[in-house]
Amino acid sequence: MTVIKPYLRLSGLEPLIVRPETNFINVGERTNVTGSKMFARLIREGQYEAALAVARQQVENGAQVIDVNMDDALLDGVQAMTTFLNLVQSEPDIAKIPIMIDSSKFEIIEAGLKCVQGKCIVNSISMKEGEAKFIEQAFICKSYGASVIVMAFDEVGQADTKVRKVEICKRAYKILTEQVGYTPQDIIFDPNIFAIATGIEEHNNYAVDFIEATREIKQAMPLTKVSGGVSNVSFSFRGNEHVREAIHSVFLFHAIKAGMDMGIVNAGQLVVYDEIEPNLRALCEDVILNRNNDNNETTEKMIAFAETVKAKGKEIIKDESWRKEAVEKRLSHALVNGITDYIDADTEEARQQYPKPLDVIEGPLMDGMNIVGDLFGSGKMFLPQVVKSARVMKKAVAVLTPFIEQEKEDRKNAHLAAGTVNEETAGAAKILLATVKGDVHDIGKNIVGVVLGCNGYDIIDLGVMVPTDKILETAVREKVDIIGLSGLITPSLDEMVHVAHEMKRRGITLPLMIGGATTSRMHTAVKIAPQYDDGVVHVLDASRSVTVAGSLLSKEQKPAFLQNLKAEYDQLVVDFGNKKSTKQYLRFEEAQKNGAVIDWANYKPVAPTFTGTKILDNYPLAEIAEYIDWQPFFIAWEMHGKFPAILTDSVIGTEATKLYNDAKKLLQQIIDEKWLTAKGVAGFWPANKVADDTIDVDNESEIIKLQFLRQQIKKTAGQPNLSLADFIAPAEQNYQDHIGAFSVTIQGIEKHIKNFEANHDDYNKIILQALADRFAEAFAELLHKKTRTAYWGYVSEEHLTNEQLIKEEYMGIRPAPGYPACPDHTEKYKLFELLGGEEATGIHLTESLAMYPAASVCGWYFANPQSKYFGVGKIEKDQLVDYALRKGMSIDDATRWLRPILE
Amino acid sequence: MKTLQDCLKNRILIIDGAMGTMIQRHKLEEKDYRGKRFKDWHTDVKGNNDLLSITQPQIIEGIHKQYLEAGADIIETNTFSSTSIAQADYDMQSLAYELNVASAKCARNAADEYTTKNPDKPRFVAGAIGPLNKTLSLSPDVNNPGFRAVTFDEVAAAYTEQIKGLVDGGVDIILIETIFDTLNAKAAIYATKNFFRKNNLPELPIMISGTITDASGRTLSGQTLEAFYVSVMHANPLSIGLNCALGASEMRPHIEELSQIAGCYTSAYPNAGLPNAFGEYDEQPHETAHIIEEWAKEGFVNIVGGCCGTTPDHIKHIAQEVAKFKPRELPVLELV
Repeated sequence: MTVIKPYLRLSGLEPLIVRPETNFINVGERTNVTGSKMFARLIREGQYEAALAVARQQVENGAQVIDVNMDDALLDGVQAMTTFLNLVQSEPDIAKIPIMIDSSKFEIIEAGLKCVQGKCIVNSISMKEGEAKFIEQAFICKSYGASVIVMAFDEVGQADTKVRKVEICKRAYKILTEQVGYTPQDIIFDPNIFAIATGIEEHNNYAVDFIEATREIKQAMPLTKVSGGVSNVSFSFRGNEHVREAIHSVFLFHAIKAGMDMGIVNAGQLVVYDEIEPNLRALCEDVILNRNNDNNETTEKMIAFAETVKAKGKEIIKDESWRKEAVEKRLSHALVNGITDYIDADTEEARQQYPKPLDVIEGPLMDGMNIVGDLFGSGKMFLPQVVKSARVMKKAVAVLTPFIEQEKEDRKNAHLAAGTVNEETAGAAKILLATVKGDVHDIGKNIVGVVLGCNGYDIIDLGVMVPTDKILETAVREKVDIIGLSGLITPSLDEMVHVAHEMKRRGITLPLMIGGATTSRMHTAVKIAPQYDDGVVHVLDASRSVTVAGSLLSKEQKPAFLQNLKAEYDQLVVDFGNKKSTKQYLRFEEAQKNGAVIDWANYKPVAPTFTGTKILDNYPLAEIAEYIDWQPFFIAWEMHGKFPAILTDSVIGTEATKLYNDAKKLLQQIIDEKWLTAKGVAGFWPANKVADDTIDVDNESEIIKLQFLRQQIKKTAGQPNLSLADFIAPAEQNYQDHIGAFSVTIQGIEKHIKNFEANHDDYNKIILQALADRFAEAFAELLHKKTRTAYWGYVSEEHLTNEQLIKEEYMGIRPAPGYPACPDHTEKYKLFELLGGEEATGIHLTESLAMYPAASVCGWYFANPQSKYFGVGKIEKDQLVDYALRKGMSIDDATRWLRPILE
Repeated sequence: MKTLQDCLKNRILIIDGAMGTMIQRHKLEEKDYRGKRFKDWHTDVKGNNDLLSITQPQIIEGIHKQYLEAGADIIETNTFSSTSIAQADYDMQSLAYELNVASAKCARNAADEYTTKNPDKPRFVAGAIGPLNKTLSLSPDVNNPGFRAVTFDEVAAAYTEQIKGLVDGGVDIILIETIFDTLNAKAAIYATKNFFRKNNLPELPIMISGTITDASGRTLSGQTLEAFYVSVMHANPLSIGLNCALGASEMRPHIEELSQIAGCYTSAYPNAGLPNAFGEYDEQPHETAHIIEEWAKEGFVNIVGGCCGTTPDHIKHIAQEVAKFKPRELPVLELV
């Protein structure tokens, strides 16, 4: 007969059942405005996206419940709680776990309860305002189906001694079970964790009081749970994370033994009890258990110790004890920690111990990679670490490969000699990756390749600018299981549609994965998926690629996965259709009449110091490096956060710092050893606006007509419909206005990429690629500054920090063809012609108008103080026709190039 | 006379089948829906099946009787959409209370007639509370995931009005069914508990029936079956179960899981298979009954019946097949 146990049961999208064998439940504390300054700021500024990321990090770090608190004097708590929890409900990776609704104001708690379908925990109610109020609030909590945390707090005050804590909890238990009808397992007590080692003698026993109260509560009421806010205990050591982590760990060690079931902790920041250095641990024991503490003796010692730690910071001692372990353990350690130092020797040692070299791969190496995969999957490892693990794996495999080949050869010869058939068994599933024709960007694709490779897939990477034919022929010939396409620039979207179309025409039935900066779920659903019936999936980032590939390759999961996806995409198509009609557009001629208003009559333009071009060849890299914006570098590694705050982030800070240090090291090497060459061109020419959206540029012998696009969406009154052409003076003024252009490129990367590849070092390869991109952007920033202050010289003096530059607080703009202000890539032809072509710039344009080398930037210069960045947004058919006419293009061609901005 | 609880201990109870399918057979037109009272109503009302309890009560009562004749122990009131929120589609929000009273009375009359005929087989009326056309956990606007078309308080108020009508009309059970968003169901539970508590009335038993929408095994709002059950356990329901969206063969693994985790009785009333290309259900009565018979044999269920596309004939077959088996035994609830 079935037996239902009296366990505490909670739920988000998934159940959380607290069984006796369940370990301590981590309640994530970062989504609490009283505990996290960052979270409080995000909520106050209404940055809910970023606030959700905090919640997600908590889940990824192992929080099993998240505590949400919006008690801030500056906030409308009811509204903030409602907004945040509603948003959480639409994020399945957060909403999967239960929510602890935390507030000292009951109306905020009730507002929260109205937003969550799962079974929540209320944190907290108490008898501080008397029994009647307590009972009423408990009834309300029960009618929403929530478990409750009862704080040991009564009419007299908050309980600080063991006796008072136990007495209040027993009284609350009796009321809840007898009068309100709560089941004991739905009652959680918080017997108050207070700060110890404050220097006040009465506080010294607080931890002991909590631990002993917990023990008695659990004995008297065994089905109830005990919880607490752990970080309170070490409050007097704030700012000293090292000591705090140790105190928390030791405190939990004793409290959990006494029966504590759950606690509000920073899930990412708990040291392992056994790994605390012995003298610190001993001190923590004494201070928590209040031993040897007459006259605050232990407290004093602890404070003194904390001072020394604070002074010298964390000392880094390289722990080499793992070298003494068995070879399998060493391989696994090297993989998980990304250590290549001993991998060749260890692999060789394993090879000699195992019957066959392949056994080493399938045995200890795959075991290690499985650990890496699990840790990454559960959010305990981050992308840079995984890429380092992959580097170790590749190196180990490289050691084994010659032996495996030799074995194959031997077997073949043996078969030949014996006249038998040689059947090499098929290996892992194969995934083909390619950046589509016309596009040269591949950092993201490389990362996806590494991550999938780490998860046991065989990756065939065809590189960049791969024509459809080559992709599909290779797919068929190599019998791959999945095709993955990547692209960064907008024309690549069309190319992906084309690949999908061709796959269907050729009768290929492999699933197709779509990724890259320019791609989106919406585009995939609306444009690509309808072209192909056998599964098109948009993959947001590298970490999702593993689950997607897994679902696509599992016979059981695939049909449901594709069916759900189809339903989702069909809905997006419907939504897309509905969305179209809601925006209002002006007729193009009306939009033209509503351009930016600039008082040209009173404008005094500054003439550039020269006309024509100036080439900066082999520009010093060290100078460029000062202008680097690091934030996109971390984004390339799927580490999201503001720089430099990301380096001290509680979750990813450690790994971000490691990555930053590695990147800085490579950066220095690039500069010292002149790995890369920076080449830039800037030029200025007389220019006039000759029609609403047309600029004539006087390039000595000939006039080049630049054509621009204009915002066409209906604006609010007084807001102009902008076109870049608006920022150049019309011809009829009695002065000469100018326009500028530039390009920069970073050359010489190929050789070093090859070296890293030969060394199986994807980690440094990707760092190098990302740094080259950063150099190009930094060079563009530097050149723009020179242009403003010297070459064109329209700003005499400028004192902007790098941060202000990144925030574009300068005068004048440098928009790039193909980007929001001038979305037509084909105007690049004119820009490069003005700058002197491929020879002068060192940049080659592909048929999709991507620039090669990939680390290149170009753009126009506008000097007018009223010029600003904007996005053209969607345009209507009348502008398209007008534009095609002006450009001398067919409507079809214009449609193809402008597709992203056409409704 | 035997109570509902007595009956549940002894045998598998039968709940009725689809109301909509049966109404369709009458091929009613706009004027039939309007009746005399609403002949000048300013919107079209054809399709407002719940309204028929007022304008064509004899048809609704007739359908109830067909199901009772087929062997149903529990019949559902014709009130799936009888809330001020759902009735807003016909601008009939002000009729919500009256619709519930009228529907409850139709079912009550029919049930009492059959109980009188055979007092050994008492019949019960379940007041059906549907899921609403607006949902509390999902945003209707993809670009604004935090938006909600309705608030918890509005939903709870609408359900409170419905419950009052059902109770005043004389139902025996509150049945919260076809739950695809658990938060809507929680609002219904909240409304039920508070209604009885505030009016100082003895609480009627609550039946809860969720909907697993597809092969993912989750509700539309994303919960797994167990998470769903945990989220509504506080209703302390008479039964927990599943209905709609799936046919009996697709529902089987889920009802099996539920039978293992549920501390109360279990119910299941699937559709007559999955709809064909024309949206019609064509699983035959003996086919549905055969699958449900398996569940009974395995001891998964206490209450069975049918949802979309099922007919009195389905119910008759189901009743015959499960009569040979003992009901699922209630699990032991450990208290320490």
